[in-house]
Amino acid sequence: MRVGLMIPCYVDVFYPEVGIATLELLEKLGVEVEYPFDQTCCGQPMANSGYAGDARATEELLVRNFAKFEYVVIPSGSCAHHIRNKMTAAAATPERDHVRSRTFDLVEFLHDVLRASEFPWAEFPRRVAVHTSCSAIRGLHEESMSERVHDAEFSKPKSLLRKVKGLEIAEFDRADECCGFGGTFAVNEEAVSVKMGVDKLDFVAKGRADCVVSSDMSCLMHLQGCAKRLGRNLSFLHIAQVLNGPRA
Amino acid sequence: MRPIPLAENSAKFVADKGHEGHFDAKLWMIRQKRDAMARTIPEWEELRDLASAIKEHTLSNLVHYLETFEASAKRNGAVVHWARDAKEHNEIVHGILKDRGATTLIKSKSMLTEECDTRPYLESRGIVVTETDLGERIQQLDHEPPAHIVGPAHQKTTADVAKLFAREYGSDPASREPTYLANVMREHTRPLILEASAGLTGANFAVAETGAIVTVTNEGNADLSGNAPKIRICSVGIEKIIPRNEHLAVFVRILTPSATGKRITQYTSHFLGPRQGGEMHIVLVDNGRSARLGMEKFWTALKCIRCGACLDTCPVFRRSGGLSYESTYAGPIGMVLMPALDAHRYREFPKASTLNGSCTNVCPVKINLHEQIYEWREVMEKKGEKPFVEKILMNAAGRLLSHPGAYRAASQAANAFVRILPRWAVYNPFNTWGRQREMPAPASETFHEWYRKNRKHRGK
Amino acid sequence: MGAREEILDNVRKNQPCGRDLPAVPMFHREGRPVTETFAAALKTMAGETIERPPSDFAEFLQRRFPAAKNICSAVPEFPGGKKPLDFPDWASPAAIDVTVVRSPLGVAETGSVLLSEKELGVNTIAFLAHDIIVLLDPKRIVENIHDAYAHPAFRDSNYAVLLTGPSGTADVGGIVVHPAQAVTTMTVIFWPES
Repeated sequence: MRVGLMIPCYVDVFYPEVGIATLELLEKLGVEVEYPFDQTCCGQPMANSGYAGDARATEELLVRNFAKFEYVVIPSGSCAHHIRNKMTAAAATPERDHVRSRTFDLVEFLHDVLRASEFPWAEFPRRVAVHTSCSAIRGLHEESMSERVHDAEFSKPKSLLRKVKGLEIAEFDRADECCGFGGTFAVNEEAVSVKMGVDKLDFVAKGRADCVVSSDMSCLMHLQGCAKRLGRNLSFLHIAQVLNGPRA
Repeated sequence: MRPIPLAENSAKFVADKGHEGHFDAKLWMIRQKRDAMARTIPEWEELRDLASAIKEHTLSNLVHYLETFEASAKRNGAVVHWARDAKEHNEIVHGILKDRGATTLIKSKSMLTEECDTRPYLESRGIVVTETDLGERIQQLDHEPPAHIVGPAHQKTTADVAKLFAREYGSDPASREPTYLANVMREHTRPLILEASAGLTGANFAVAETGAIVTVTNEGNADLSGNAPKIRICSVGIEKIIPRNEHLAVFVRILTPSATGKRITQYTSHFLGPRQGGEMHIVLVDNGRSARLGMEKFWTALKCIRCGACLDTCPVFRRSGGLSYESTYAGPIGMVLMPALDAHRYREFPKASTLNGSCTNVCPVKINLHEQIYEWREVMEKKGEKPFVEKILMNAAGRLLSHPGAYRAASQAANAFVRILPRWAVYNPFNTWGRQREMPAPASETFHEWYRKNRKHRGK
Repeated sequence: MGAREEILDNVRKNQPCGRDLPAVPMFHREGRPVTETFAAALKTMAGETIERPPSDFAEFLQRRFPAAKNICSAVPEFPGGKKPLDFPDWASPAAIDVTVVRSPLGVAETGSVLLSEKELGVNTIAFLAHDIIVLLDPKRIVENIHDAYAHPAFRDSNYAVLLTGPSGTADVGGIVVHPAQAVTTMTVIFWPES
């Protein structure tokens, strides 16, 4: 299978180690990964604020870069949700629709496509709070949603993490309540955003986790920012980093 | 009118730790009660599908159902009035009272009358209006609008209410007993109920086939308002119509669990015609509803049955406080309704959401709330209701991010790491992020650079 | 153009193309006897169910409401007290201590009873009284709300209420307390019709 790797713009700039872990993990699982060098961003920052016109060229660049792949994998639930479910500023072409339907968040790709059953190179003997972004839960259905009380409970990220030696999952209250990042919301409604983040950290602390793991660095960027300012002793890792294990 | 400073108001509420914590905890508890009750109803999702489909059918055939309702109501002996807007509604209600020399009015909770500002209109014309819903009465005495669709006084702690009642009624300011305080209200309001010359209720539903106005209360105050006086007036938004009693059953089963987590309210009441020797007036109100019906992306918001579930689940609403919105409708449903009335005044509304989608999941009539909020952002952009600086930056971002070479040059400049934020953080002053959060630490090289150094030469 | 014509005109212009009306199932399920479900549901709403008629109704009322002086009875099972139509206006039932009335329909799912002006005569006897006792023939209990709405009262009465427990409010403190504006206690007695 031809797999194209997409790296979110903020991971490219701030968290390259997450991109590296994603690439290495896929390679360890026997996937031949290509990284189109001219990629930039999925267009979500502009589109989510209502600027479809300004998002168009960026989205069309994405389509050009990734049209040839059978699968497009990106270590971000929110970007994958945007691309698959919302990316409509780019002109409607068969290529655009192909890219949209073939884009997967890393967790989905590992769980549903590769059906990865073990990560023998990884060990993580810590209590982990699993934070799954709202895009990943309600947009990509990576987890069951607490509002839908009759749905069977499941979590793709948790079932992947359970395969890591030594890892203990710490449950906490209001697990699928939004962390407060929300893109431009984090700055437009700064006070409420931070309160949501701090509340999330409080619930995580009550669950006695010492580490927060997510498939979205955007949420973690926000939570980590809140935690650092408060002097909270908590690590924040992308799920790729945990599943990839220590770097070779 | 100036735009409502929602972010500023919310920030003030967040800073009021006592009230914010209380409001958030109370509404989250209601959300949990809703979950628990939904769990006891195995066909819950099917009921949602039915409720949504019944409303969509009715709204797409609304002329037929309005005419049917009017004919049924008239057959029952009710008088049916039509009001294009808030002003006409208020004039009609006042006219009914004035013509009969009625100067005292009791009313039950009605969001439509909030929309129309009916109470101040009547009071300024010499009508004494008494709210009979405890939460509404509390807000009335405190000169505040309702803070929540279902629980108008949810933002007040028991201590706040005790203080208010002590001021108004001379009761014990130190009381923290809800039963005591409810009794204080009962004692003071009972005489007003008995003496009132007219009663005004809203309508949760209006059944076309039977001409019935249906109200749903815990207190029985709509029953008192609609039965004690001889003159019964019902204010009904035209979107409240449903076809027949068999459809009413679906809504009665889904409304209260969504609103409070109980199976049903104490009083589910059906007013079809006047009481013996009395009069019944129904005022059908448009006030922007027919216009909204023509909005392709937003008409389904008319399905709303005012249950408040979206408010209770919304993590932003719970921390912003209902009064921060300064609008009749707040929270997710407010975000979707208010901008249609005045895009300039409500320009901040669509931004005050993380688009998390919890609201859409709890809505008993399956309004795609978070998707409509997203759509409103685009509408605001088209209407020019976006800050100038944001427009410039979004445009710049769009151009930078569509030119790979320029983007890489920008992101790779060593000290540009600190200055080049993710685009969404740039659109407001840099330090807004940094007020209460640390900035992400700049990396020594981007992923692009790492890839170029370590992998690109392998020909991948 | 009058308001009615203008509104209907605007609605006609704007209404989306027709969506189908779904058929509503009855959602019946296998379960406990309706009397059991009814009593349990009413209990969650702070109402009480008494499983059989008291042998001496007058004595029962006396024991249960020792301070009650003014009884309003709309039923032959209690011939004493005032009748609903004895009240000169609809505000005067405020003097009633206990209303006794019969309901033609109970709903097991919710613990509700139907009352209309047919049973009440003067509707306010159901709200202004301090307490209410409702007689209900257990054979008149239907399984759920879908069943209930088939009852003709919801088409034929000027006023009909599904009553479920005593008046309450959660507007202060978030937990339901009783009473609010209407009755303080509500009791249903399973009492077969003669």
